[in-house]
Amino acid sequence: MKRASGSKKTNLLTGETAGSKIRTHLFLIVAAFVAFGPFIWMFLTSIKTYEETIRIPLKFFPETAQWVNYAIISAKLNFPRLYFNTIVVTIMMIVGQLLIVTICAYAFDRLRFPGKNILFIGMLALMMVPGQIFIIPRFKLMVQLGLTDTLTGLVLPGLFNIFGVFLMRQFFSTLPRELDEAARIDGCGYFRIYWNVLLPLVKPGLTTLGILAMLGTWKDLMWPLINNSSASKMTLAAGLAMLIGEHTTYYEQVMAGGVIASIPLIVLFVIFQKQFVEGIAHSGIKG
Amino acid sequence: MKKKQTGMIRLRRNEAFAAYLFILPMFAGLFIFSVIPFVQNFLISLRKVGTFGEGTFVGFSNYVKLTQDETFWIALKNTAFYALVGMPLVVVFSIVLANLINKNIRGRAVYRTLLYIPAVTIPAAIGILWRWILNYKYGIVNFVLEKIGIQPIAWLGDVHYVRWSIIFVVVWSMVSYYTIIMLAAMQGINKSYYEAARIDGANNRQLFYKITLPMLSPMIFFSVIMVTIGILQIFDFIYLMVDRKTLSYTYSMSLVTYFYECAFNKSSMRGYGAAITIVLAVIIMIITIIQMAFRKRWVQGGE
Repeated sequence: MKRASGSKKTNLLTGETAGSKIRTHLFLIVAAFVAFGPFIWMFLTSIKTYEETIRIPLKFFPETAQWVNYAIISAKLNFPRLYFNTIVVTIMMIVGQLLIVTICAYAFDRLRFPGKNILFIGMLALMMVPGQIFIIPRFKLMVQLGLTDTLTGLVLPGLFNIFGVFLMRQFFSTLPRELDEAARIDGCGYFRIYWNVLLPLVKPGLTTLGILAMLGTWKDLMWPLINNSSASKMTLAAGLAMLIGEHTTYYEQVMAGGVIASIPLIVLFVIFQKQFVEGIAHSGIKG
Repeated sequence: MKKKQTGMIRLRRNEAFAAYLFILPMFAGLFIFSVIPFVQNFLISLRKVGTFGEGTFVGFSNYVKLTQDETFWIALKNTAFYALVGMPLVVVFSIVLANLINKNIRGRAVYRTLLYIPAVTIPAAIGILWRWILNYKYGIVNFVLEKIGIQPIAWLGDVHYVRWSIIFVVVWSMVSYYTIIMLAAMQGINKSYYEAARIDGANNRQLFYKITLPMLSPMIFFSVIMVTIGILQIFDFIYLMVDRKTLSYTYSMSLVTYFYECAFNKSSMRGYGAAITIVLAVIIMIITIIQMAFRKRWVQGGE
């Protein structure tokens, strides 16, 4: 017969005490600081003068905010161009994947055809192969097709997203078969069943696929570095990587570049957090 | 009767025809951009190739050369180090963090947002950011260390520290991503298990070890595999954080970094680079098979 008193008071349903709550907060504050603190530093550095960045002892805040760093780095690296490229590549990637991947997933979920299992297992096997295996031959192919140093060349090999097929197949499989039958009785062909009936019902799946395609495109570094060489055809990631080689001494500018390059995804994430989280959580779905 | 059967067959044929048409774009693309390259990559690995031309057939000598190449062994050891040290840290930290934000506490949404931000930041920005934070002369880490009386450390320039710096940043960014995945899985656990256990007098620790972890085990297992595979292919952070002209670049190289240097940098050893990717693929395959074999033992309720 313990008397519940003071900080030992336990919430019977959740088992939480005031003490355990404070401990949770402490842990989370430290974790949040470790996760987010570096970005604060990135921002603070980006508005300092060069002298301030190399001052010893270091000072946390600048005398006056040097927004000019953003203008300088934008001019040096042509950020508007990099933005434009990245957005174009992302849109091409999302639209392309949605078309190619969903119709394939529909066929694998809804239609019967000889060789279906073999083809499916083949895809699964191919998905297990690490991507570096394909890079040299893909680059040679791009040279042959004249697609090096083009945005199309960045998109093309990434369109055929096997994981996307598995993901979308799972979304299709949750829809009742009666939908197909009803549509067929109404005289719909297979394509119209896919396009008019089922596709509108897997919107969460499409969002997930789109978000994963977007994250992948924005984050990818190696392929843009390999396939494209001129600064005007780079994505943000590759452009930033080039920045490192050339201007490492001026960290206030480099950090301004970092802020410019990472802001869009972070803002999108904060606005569409629910969709992002669902999308990323789906990338952890067991096949 | 017979007529009906041929009708059925025709329907089936239509269905199959439609299906092949629908999967055609995907499979044509996979054939051109994955299947053929897969074979070509192997053939290239049997050749001595420069930047241009087809090169000459040399059999397996690229592979033999790998075994005598000191840099390759360094890259292999580094990659193993990154995976062995990084994977457990990523998995453990993401479970712990997910468990913390799964609690019903004030400010949960804020914590969650802040913790998730590294997961949605492009690695290029993360790389340059940590390069600056860990800077020997002007970095904030050394500044803080100096305040508490520790000599500055060349985090990215000293061959003894550089791998730890890399692993830290890898873990830092991956934990954020896998916390999202773990939390989603935790929220999928049926609440009534907890309520029932609570009524039976279980404490928090017991709930975590007896319910959360076992129910999470399929996702933990999946994460172990995905994190391992992900770290084995690490490239971005090394490429971005370490000065590529220095010795510590060589001493922090992963297999993929070495592949990139061989295949696409000055030295232009395409065939050699191709051989590295195949070694990497074999390693990943073996590790995946081993982990799959342990699935039964590790995963509660696995098939």
